[in-house]
Amino acid sequence: MKSFKALLTASTFLGAAAVASAAEIEVTHWWTSGGEAAAVAEFAKAFEEKTGHTWVDGAIAGGGNTARPIMVSRITGGDPMGATQFNHGRQTEELIEAGLMRDLTELAEKEGWRDFIRPTSLLDSCTVDGRIYCVPVNIHSWQWLWLSNKAFEDAGVPVPTNWDEFVAAAPALRAAGKIPLALGGQPWQSSGLFNVLMVALAGPDVLVKVYGDKDTEVAAGPEIARVFKAAEDAREMTQGSNVQDWNQATNLVITDQAGGQIMGDWAQGEFQVAGEVAGEDYTCLPGLGENEIISTDGDAFYFPVTDDPEVQEAQLALASTMLQPDVQVAFNLKKGSLPVRGDVDLQAANDCMRKGLEILAEGKTMPAVNQLNTEDTNNQLNDLFVEFFNDTSITAEEAQKRFVDIVAQAD
Amino acid sequence: MPAHARPNQLFRNLSAKIASIPMILTALVVFVGGTGWTIVYSFTNSKLLPRLNFVGLDQYDRLWSTSKWIISLQNLLIYGVCMLVLSLVIGFVLAALLDQKIRFENTFRTIFLYPFALSFIVTGLVWQWILNPDFGIQSIVRGLGWESFNFDPLYNADIVIFGILIAGLWQSSGLIMCIMLAGLRGIDEEIWKAARIDGIPTWKTYLFIVIPMMRPVFITALVLISTGIVRVYDLVVAQTGGGPGIASEVPAKYVYDSMFLAQNLGQGFAASTMMLLAVIIVIVPWAYLEFGGRKRHG
Repeated sequence: MKSFKALLTASTFLGAAAVASAAEIEVTHWWTSGGEAAAVAEFAKAFEEKTGHTWVDGAIAGGGNTARPIMVSRITGGDPMGATQFNHGRQTEELIEAGLMRDLTELAEKEGWRDFIRPTSLLDSCTVDGRIYCVPVNIHSWQWLWLSNKAFEDAGVPVPTNWDEFVAAAPALRAAGKIPLALGGQPWQSSGLFNVLMVALAGPDVLVKVYGDKDTEVAAGPEIARVFKAAEDAREMTQGSNVQDWNQATNLVITDQAGGQIMGDWAQGEFQVAGEVAGEDYTCLPGLGENEIISTDGDAFYFPVTDDPEVQEAQLALASTMLQPDVQVAFNLKKGSLPVRGDVDLQAANDCMRKGLEILAEGKTMPAVNQLNTEDTNNQLNDLFVEFFNDTSITAEEAQKRFVDIVAQAD
Repeated sequence: MPAHARPNQLFRNLSAKIASIPMILTALVVFVGGTGWTIVYSFTNSKLLPRLNFVGLDQYDRLWSTSKWIISLQNLLIYGVCMLVLSLVIGFVLAALLDQKIRFENTFRTIFLYPFALSFIVTGLVWQWILNPDFGIQSIVRGLGWESFNFDPLYNADIVIFGILIAGLWQSSGLIMCIMLAGLRGIDEEIWKAARIDGIPTWKTYLFIVIPMMRPVFITALVLISTGIVRVYDLVVAQTGGGPGIASEVPAKYVYDSMFLAQNLGQGFAASTMMLLAVIIVIVPWAYLEFGGRKRHG
């Protein structure tokens, strides 16, 4: 044991001598599906080639809800990884306040992040008390309706161009033996669907008032009541989709068993893997065709505080690498998300991604729900909406009353 | 009485006492200390990190006005009562059947006990597939020609908890059977002979003679089943994830969800304190009757 340790120490010194302070850095994330894994491999490749440090992949399977508790307990438990993915917003608020996350302000100022990161709200949600604590790496948006052209053809109705037309086409889809709207059983999908309806039908201002200002009057008002009525329609349309995961629901659309799905732009990766062509096989409607706007959800990397100077240096190198233009392009093309830099060119982007880029260029963006709500509130919303979408005995009025309670409790 | 006549009680069996110090410390620090800490922090508004910022009974107010918690409790009650009664009945009947000096007893015993070797996660996944209407029992029966056959407990909010119960029973009845079998083997053959001579029917012998004699065995089984009931979590996660909707939520999952998903430690602590309280309310009177009484007999 002792000699083994000595050997290890010796080899560390040797390694250190060979490459000036090359460190191993463990990076945890929850990108495990095919497209996601390919995208994160781009980061690893670029990081190892450009800096000479070693990327130790710490993928955690099971999605963010499984991965985040593990990450948080490792950081609070005193066993921090070198870098970790989170959704920027309020998920890490307390970790930053407790001084467990590394301050990246110096690097950000040196490289001028504020000049090229677009929209700047991305950087704002990484900022606490004027200091920057994370690197946003992509933009994902929730407000998309994915429609199967073939399903509507089978039902003998034209492919809808907005939500109302879609609702009107639902009976025809049913008659043709199809599920009008695919929805998986995971709670976050139900609340996500509702939030998208809210943006599309009541407008982004209402959402910001409700979740941002916690305005209970607006939450109890007629605009939200209309959204709940629409959610009731949506609930009717989702009957019969016995799937759990979001990609299984997307698969119902891909295989033309369902008319459509409301899901973030990460669903696009599934269409791509299945070899479907945007515009021919499927149609995407940003903002449900009602209100063309996209939220700036997305992923960001955080760097927990560490004493090891080598790891500290590798952390900065990684942060810098992730934002380089060529890395941004390579990563986002594989991920199906939009780059955080306004100055890169996405030649290979498909129709739907282009729509997203246009909306982004026009500045029609809004904050993500994650940036406004704490995880606690999001979790309560998940519980409410997963119950609402699965239990037809809950009326829109009852659900709205509970919605108002949650908003009143939120901080 | 002079002091030296009787050795100090504290130093009797000294080595045994020293040996049990680690366990005593563990019990005190980890169980009692942890429990106390949890209860104290359940009165705070701790979010992701524990903070001593007292808010009185706010967490409990919120807990009892949350429909997810109420549904969790109802589910636990239904699951608990059914699980307790059915595992005891199934376990005992299987044991009694095996006790009839049948052939291949070892083989049967192994088969019945085998599910217990699987973790709850594996059990849950297996039953999720069996009960899935598109692959499992329903699709097989429909494939055989009964087109209108409907059996999808995991997708029906009204009966989903019974879908979980089936898996729980399948997993744990084997163990209860083994304990019962051991108990039955412990009954003196003479008692059976005496009962037979008196012309008492077999079922009456079981019900009125054998079962009362097996009281300690039943208590062991009861404790094992109850701890399994209170901590049921992984089975639900693997089978339904709490769905459809929130129809199959259980208290242990509520605690986990609020502590780790919602980053709201205070709420999770309040829920776990309520779970502890419920257990105490059941255990204390029972323990008092069971152990308190015996002491008096001396």
